[in-house]
Amino acid sequence: MRPRASVLVGFAIIAVYAAAALLGPLLSPYGEAEVVGDVWEPFSAAHPLGTDNLGRDMLSRLLWGASRTIGVALAATLLAFGIGMTLGYLAAVVGGWVDMILSRGIDTLMAIPTLIFALVVLAVLPPSVVILILVIAVLDSTRVFRLARAVAMDVVVMDFVEVARLRGERLGWIVFREVLPNTLPPLIAEFGLRFCFAFLFLSSLSFLGLGIQPPAADWGGMVRDNANAISFGLPIPLIPAAAIAILTIGVNLVVDWQLERSSGARRGVRP
Amino acid sequence: MTLLLEIRDLHIEALGEEGNWQEIVKGVSLELEPARVLGLIGESGAGKSTIGLAALGYARHGCRLARGSIRLQGEELFGATPEKLRHIRGVRVCYVAQSAAAAFNPAHRLEDQVIEAAVQHGIMTPDEARAEARRLYTKLRLPKPELFGRRYPHQVSGGQLQRAMTVMAMVPRPDLIVFDEPTTALDVTTQIEVLAAIKEAIADEGMAAVYITHDLALVAQMAHRIMVLRDGLTVEVGPTEQILEAPREAYTRALVNVRRVQKPEKPRSGAAPLLEVRAVDAAYGTVPVLFDVSVALEAGRTVAVVGESGSGKSTLARVITGLLPPRSGEVRLDGRPLPSSLGDRSKDQLRRIQLVYQMPDVALNPRQKVEEIVGRVLSFYFGIEGAERRREVARLLEEVELPAVFVDRYPGELSGGQKQRICIARALAARPEVIICDEVTSALDVQVADAVLRLLLRLQEETGIAYLFITHDLATVKAIADDIVVMLEGRVVEQGPKSEILTPPHHPYTDLLLSSVPEMEVGWLDRVLRERAERKARGETVMEAADR
Repeated sequence: MRPRASVLVGFAIIAVYAAAALLGPLLSPYGEAEVVGDVWEPFSAAHPLGTDNLGRDMLSRLLWGASRTIGVALAATLLAFGIGMTLGYLAAVVGGWVDMILSRGIDTLMAIPTLIFALVVLAVLPPSVVILILVIAVLDSTRVFRLARAVAMDVVVMDFVEVARLRGERLGWIVFREVLPNTLPPLIAEFGLRFCFAFLFLSSLSFLGLGIQPPAADWGGMVRDNANAISFGLPIPLIPAAAIAILTIGVNLVVDWQLERSSGARRGVRP
Repeated sequence: MTLLLEIRDLHIEALGEEGNWQEIVKGVSLELEPARVLGLIGESGAGKSTIGLAALGYARHGCRLARGSIRLQGEELFGATPEKLRHIRGVRVCYVAQSAAAAFNPAHRLEDQVIEAAVQHGIMTPDEARAEARRLYTKLRLPKPELFGRRYPHQVSGGQLQRAMTVMAMVPRPDLIVFDEPTTALDVTTQIEVLAAIKEAIADEGMAAVYITHDLALVAQMAHRIMVLRDGLTVEVGPTEQILEAPREAYTRALVNVRRVQKPEKPRSGAAPLLEVRAVDAAYGTVPVLFDVSVALEAGRTVAVVGESGSGKSTLARVITGLLPPRSGEVRLDGRPLPSSLGDRSKDQLRRIQLVYQMPDVALNPRQKVEEIVGRVLSFYFGIEGAERRREVARLLEEVELPAVFVDRYPGELSGGQKQRICIARALAARPEVIICDEVTSALDVQVADAVLRLLLRLQEETGIAYLFITHDLATVKAIADDIVVMLEGRVVEQGPKSEILTPPHHPYTDLLLSSVPEMEVGWLDRVLRERAERKARGETVMEAADR
């Protein structure tokens, strides 16, 4: 299947962001917390995206914030998939009591509104990037668990898994060689979606003041810091908001393509 | 006489994987007179269902009617407006699908669904339609016709549901009904009753029918004329008697003469049995499934376990393989008891009993190449790796009559018969002493199934493997078994050497099973029903289908 133009746009967006995240501090004209001008200066040659509520260069803060925001979201999503997929497969393949205990535990966790849960935990624990990643990962892993368990359930009942069991294969082989390859496409698609959610969730936490702490730059926090500018008719808070939105769209374009491909692969087309 | 249905040079195309249109029906013409039955027969992929649906002016999703003409009583359906087609479908032409269980909406009562078409199209008032439905329930011998319609689909048996669907098609009093494999999902003993009911009803009501099936013996009972299809082309068309008795084309002759496989019964050696099931009781949770089942299998012989769905024959396989530990009783291999649960068995015990499944599609991991699928068994049991493993896999493929180049294929690139051969190669790779074949041929076309049976017999001659052959298909049993075990509702009804079981006097259930297998003979259905009635009249015990 030839990728459509929209996919290429998606990949291009992701590439630009990846470059920004990796090279941001090198490319940025000013320091992260350096005050270089007046409050909310308009776009100019010195400050291509203007300045923020404390007179810091907006472009520099966006570039500094890229690695942190994307890094935290990516780490949290990876961890969420690590936890969610392991437990989900375990529940599906072993079944019985293991499944019961895991599933009900996850249900309990899901019954508590995510944001409230995160706010309580983050209010109690000392604010640090590691804690932030852990909280987002644990909350997100509940959704991953449900999906991993559901898709694995469909595969576990297949005769070829029974064949492996009858051969005497161990749990590891059954999970990684029989079940995993057949459940991967929907999970890869889900990874893209979950990454967006983690990214937005981090931004909302930062917006509420419980995410990444100032003066470190992150995009959600930057929206909050500059929110008042809207009342003066200034576009400043829309810039970090757009940075968040565009990455989300880019990732989703790729995810859609992956979903389409995986549904094709499931029809028996050579992967 | 005016023609009811006239299809001329019909071409139908399906959307291929690369987005191009491929012809699947390549210029088929047929004619049908009022109150006659035309049988469409062919293997899967022959285009018979596609043609059947075209009689409603319909093409499945992903298909289109490319060119040709479909005339119903002289009226052109090809290219007719959706509005016009809506007034024809469900009014003048009705359709009976293969799986009634999937075609009924489980959330509504049968009656509401049965009368829906007639009421929607304004042919009858709801009360008239209900009365008509009740009359037809009686005609199709459904139990308690006054109350039958009040039930939900899950509350009636598969055979009853299939008849309810026939009623649904008949209520609007159409001129033509298209039956698409209406009895394929049913057990043989149920099938015969449904067939008889359908046949009588369409004859009485003076309706015409297109009857689609892959089973020539079945269609011979139903149809006046038969059309043989292959790969979207007409092979031969003619009166039923001519097709059966004097087929003109080689392909038709092959269809008529299937089941050439015939194995002479091997005498019992009197040696101690290799595999022995002793007085096994088993249950799923609290639901008992097997009662005091004992079966013995000698090395190099074939025991066929026969029964209908729900007889517990597949459960027996699960007990033997250790997937379902029995409640009581034991399974012995080579005189030594096998641990009842899978986890307690040694690698070698697992190796010696292999299983081949009914559906090769789901028995092979679609993400593994053939080399991995078959080769894993070699690595796992014998530690064979690398180039040697690859050579050994290629040799096993040769053994099951597949080209060695298949080692690098994925299952998705193989046909159903080829996949089943891969499954057999995988079982052989373990060098087993017993292979349990669970309905291995029932998902395959007749000729492909035939070839797979031959292969199994050849392998048995060469290697002396013992087979436990689980099947509902008595033709297969006759072809390959040495011993037969007849099961009914979790119990062994009768068992013994093939010659003994197949010669009268039979146990009444064995008799019912044997006499329900359609034979390649015009008038077989009427003859069997007449014989059963006569014997009943004489006061002999005649079992009827349980119709669960």
